[in-house]
Amino acid sequence: MAEVKIAAEITASVWQIQAKPGDQLAEGDTVMLLESMKMEIPVAAPRAGRIAAVLVAEGDQVEEGQAVALLEA
Amino acid sequence: MEGPVLIANRGEIACRIAATCRRMGLPSIAVFSEADVAALHVAAADRAEPIGPAHPRQSYLSIPALLEAARRSGARMVHPGYGFLSENAAFAEACAEAGLTFIGPPPAAIRAMGSKAAAKAVARRAGVAAVPGYDDEDQSDARLLAAARGIGFPVLIKAVAGGGGRGMRSAAGADEFPAALAAARREATGFGDSRVLVEKLVPRARHIEVQILADAQGTVLHLGERDCSLQRRHQKLVEESPAPGLDAALRAELGRRAVALARAVGYVGAGTVEFVADAGEAPRAERVWFIEMNTRLQVEHPVTEMVAGLDLVEWQIRIARGEALPWTQEAVRLAGHAVEARLCAEDPARNFLPSPGRLQKLVLPEAEPGLRIDAGVREGDTLTPFYDPMMAKIIAHAPTRAEALAKLAAALDRCSATGVRLNAGFLAAALRSPEMAAGQVDTHFLDRARAGLLAVTAA
Repeated sequence: MAEVKIAAEITASVWQIQAKPGDQLAEGDTVMLLESMKMEIPVAAPRAGRIAAVLVAEGDQVEEGQAVALLEA
Repeated sequence: MEGPVLIANRGEIACRIAATCRRMGLPSIAVFSEADVAALHVAAADRAEPIGPAHPRQSYLSIPALLEAARRSGARMVHPGYGFLSENAAFAEACAEAGLTFIGPPPAAIRAMGSKAAAKAVARRAGVAAVPGYDDEDQSDARLLAAARGIGFPVLIKAVAGGGGRGMRSAAGADEFPAALAAARREATGFGDSRVLVEKLVPRARHIEVQILADAQGTVLHLGERDCSLQRRHQKLVEESPAPGLDAALRAELGRRAVALARAVGYVGAGTVEFVADAGEAPRAERVWFIEMNTRLQVEHPVTEMVAGLDLVEWQIRIARGEALPWTQEAVRLAGHAVEARLCAEDPARNFLPSPGRLQKLVLPEAEPGLRIDAGVREGDTLTPFYDPMMAKIIAHAPTRAEALAKLAAALDRCSATGVRLNAGFLAAALRSPEMAAGQVDTHFLDRARAGLLAVTAA
């Protein structure tokens, strides 16, 4: 089991968190939606796995490259 | 009523409104959020008032914060710009109750056209053909899906209160419908109204819109049309006037329809009536349908200003003061061809992903006769994730369409930035494409041509 960091690809605010710790996701499933410059940007699971932790809350500001969730894969 | 104008907006439009106020001898007052303390629009106005935190809901969308800024600064008029509260009837009413002149149409007209569903009902009453669709109150998933089946796929699902290309999703078939509906509703809640409507999607469509100018004395003029078919994610990137391939008879017919709609709602001020046209060889009257009316100034208004030779913001202010339009429809003269490109901080190579960041360097072309630059940022500014990625509009005007396109592409070649990604090279490639030269662009042109245009940009 490896723990994979899921990172924000853009400076944004966290709009809607769609996965919670323990959820089993397939590759490409949406973990959360970010909003930046009036655009909805999905954060997708880079591979199949179980969400170990969500590191941000709705409304938080995140920087490009910042880890927003951990995936056990 | 004369006096200082509070500009309830930010970015390039706030700068542009301040410039007209200065020319007219009217003091201007900017407003700014905590993220915009050092923004260009603050420097562009005569004075500026803070209105709260960076998030638009707590500042640029806060009616109490804006009214308080107006009271503190002694403003007598309020210009809402576009976006934010520009089509909010409650804001227009609150301004009037506070003794401020709202530079825009009467609240009843905003309300009549503000919901896409209500606007289609107005069109039916005015005898103007609208896109076939479902716009009733039953919003259950089952009813909406049944409506989509009745209309026939592909369909568009639109937030009733949406705008600016948001809250809109297409579904090619019933299998795609639930996810598209969920996404449209999610964005719709951002407009404070989760209702949606379902419309027939015209597969190869052009977006053609008519500029209206109406005074309180009953004169309603149309100032020609704009073609805004070059889009990404249902958002316009390039707009031009006149529309390629449109003949004088169809221009007059669309103008007649736009004026009829404006009259039907008692419209006063500047507004835009939007149509979708089947992108065939040449647009035909029976293949052009009304989609919505924007009860405000449009982003792309400068192309109309350049062909009509007038300042729409000046006329918005004059009309708000009660002045009558001095022209008849026959006296409106449109000359040459104008085309605008929206310069955005975004990366066309990453599906137009926005690119917030600090503008370490920014080079824009100098304005010259036939070339207008409406910028909202300058070198050293930080583009935050809170607001739109549009940095500037570049508008070229020339005797012919070919010359205007070439002039605009050359101007885009002179744009550069470090610190954020810029769409300038991509837009220049689009303007030089054979499809654009032929006037054969539809609203999905960029989706199809993106890879090829990126290759040209990189070369």
